[in-house]
Amino acid sequence: MSVEPVRPVSASGPVSAPIVAVEGLTRVFRRRGAPALTAVDAMTFRIAPGEAVGYIGANGAGKSTTIKMLTGILAPTSGTARTVGLDPMRDRRELARRVGVVFGQRSQLWWDLPLRESFDLLAAIHRLDRLRATRRTGQLVELLDLGPTLAQPVRSLSLGQRMRAEVAAALLHEPELVILDEPTIGLDVLSKARLREFLIQTRREHGTTLLLTTHDMGDIERLCDRVLVVDHGRLAFDGTLAGLAGTVGARRVLVVDLDRPSEPLHGIPHTQWLGAEGEGVRQRLAFDPADTTAAAVLAAVSERVTLRDLSIEEPDIEDVVRRIYSASS
Amino acid sequence: MASGFTAYRAILRSRVRAQQGYRVSFATDLFATVLTGLAELLEVYVIFHNTPRLGGLDFDAALLVFALANLTFAAADLLVGHCDRLPTYVREGRIDVFYLRPLSILGQLMTSEVSLRRLGRISVAVVVLGIALVRGEVAPTPTTVGMLALSIVCGTALMAGLFVAVAGLQFWLVDGREFANAFTYGGAYAAQQSSLVFPDPVRIFFTFVVPAAFTAYLPTLVILGEPGGDFADPALAWWLPAATAWVWGVALLTWRHGVRHYQGAGG
Repeated sequence: MSVEPVRPVSASGPVSAPIVAVEGLTRVFRRRGAPALTAVDAMTFRIAPGEAVGYIGANGAGKSTTIKMLTGILAPTSGTARTVGLDPMRDRRELARRVGVVFGQRSQLWWDLPLRESFDLLAAIHRLDRLRATRRTGQLVELLDLGPTLAQPVRSLSLGQRMRAEVAAALLHEPELVILDEPTIGLDVLSKARLREFLIQTRREHGTTLLLTTHDMGDIERLCDRVLVVDHGRLAFDGTLAGLAGTVGARRVLVVDLDRPSEPLHGIPHTQWLGAEGEGVRQRLAFDPADTTAAAVLAAVSERVTLRDLSIEEPDIEDVVRRIYSASS
Repeated sequence: MASGFTAYRAILRSRVRAQQGYRVSFATDLFATVLTGLAELLEVYVIFHNTPRLGGLDFDAALLVFALANLTFAAADLLVGHCDRLPTYVREGRIDVFYLRPLSILGQLMTSEVSLRRLGRISVAVVVLGIALVRGEVAPTPTTVGMLALSIVCGTALMAGLFVAVAGLQFWLVDGREFANAFTYGGAYAAQQSSLVFPDPVRIFFTFVVPAAFTAYLPTLVILGEPGGDFADPALAWWLPAATAWVWGVALLTWRHGVRHYQGAGG
């Protein structure tokens, strides 16, 4: 049991110890024949138990380095990191029992064995007794729809199947904190939706804390109630998604395909016309969900032209991050 | 650590199962290592076809050295030989995955593979060992049996220690597989020779620094009652456990420094 007997109680309710506490965390890479690179620069933040936090930033901004320091793979140059109350370097093994990690790019499954055996091995590694291992594996297999793939060697799984299997592998020992590094990268829409649904359910039922890095704004919107934006190793933003949108304007783009070439759709309320293709058969309109709704824009468009098809582009995370940088500089 | 042991045993069993899945390729590999063993045996035969004695040993004694050196090296290679693949593991990020499990990094590296194909070479060594003991008319006394057992068990552990020491070094030398092999395969090669073929400094090196002479040559002196020579006294053979401890001491130190370096450098 991880329930502390005594917790300080504030006016707003019980204040629990942070599950991740990072204080002045800094990591410098010294490189031969090149200037030293400060990958993480005096980072300070806390994550409370049960939070779902999106950790976003451009490639090379320091996300993976932070995660490696949180899990004991890398030593900080200065500052401290504590994960589930432990020192990741000193208490790496104890930490591994309480944290689950999915690295999108590095598999923790045994590629040359049937998937089922990876789960059996991880159960042995985490010392789950037979009953608990069977029950937990069964749960995960059902929720992540892995039944048909259990007998297949891991190397023959599709990317979507493998990612779901990776998530199951990381959650087998029921960790209180799950760290996911690009969990939806390369997945098709259906696989993404399934994985997100599973993570939402896990969080709801077990109060699991989520920390995920992603390039997918959809992941953030559906999974996270807090966003940390990192830029050049520094924390550039810490707040809610709504706050992030408020800072930079998380615009969406409505793409409409019309039945015939048409005039540019200027003057639709609360939208900005971005351009057209095919002599106006396809047109793109940007809008801010804070000002209007997709339905309202659509209604206004339909009054003027006949729609054949439509799609909505999510704001690109790189674009959001870029605008944060330009707003803060 | 009983339950950690269960985990390692489960991992090792899975490695064995994985190899059973590829029977044809496994049989080919096995056959290849038998051939390697035979080729090295041929080398010994060729040498003693041209000279009756070399480094104080006759053909029968050389066979015993060959058998013990090959048996211990191949057994160590079977168990931990894949440790020299550490740079690949580092590059592919598999080492990072080891950090995420509640087991020791070294334990996971050592159990990450079992090269059962080395059984080919081991079987050649076992057959040659039998032949050498018969031809050498070795009587089963406490001394010969004890020395033989010590040589096989500690000799294998000593060779395994060499692999681990070298794996630790490879955290620094990510392209250092050649360098690493110079130690392990070089040590194995030195182990196959009579120490007396080497000039003094080399003999001292392979007795007291990289103590390869302890795995086969020195035990052979005891088993066959041979006199040995300078820095190659048969009585030294009983110090094999100490030599093994020395190698493992160095191995664990280099490994620890290697892990620290990796955490410091970030792969």
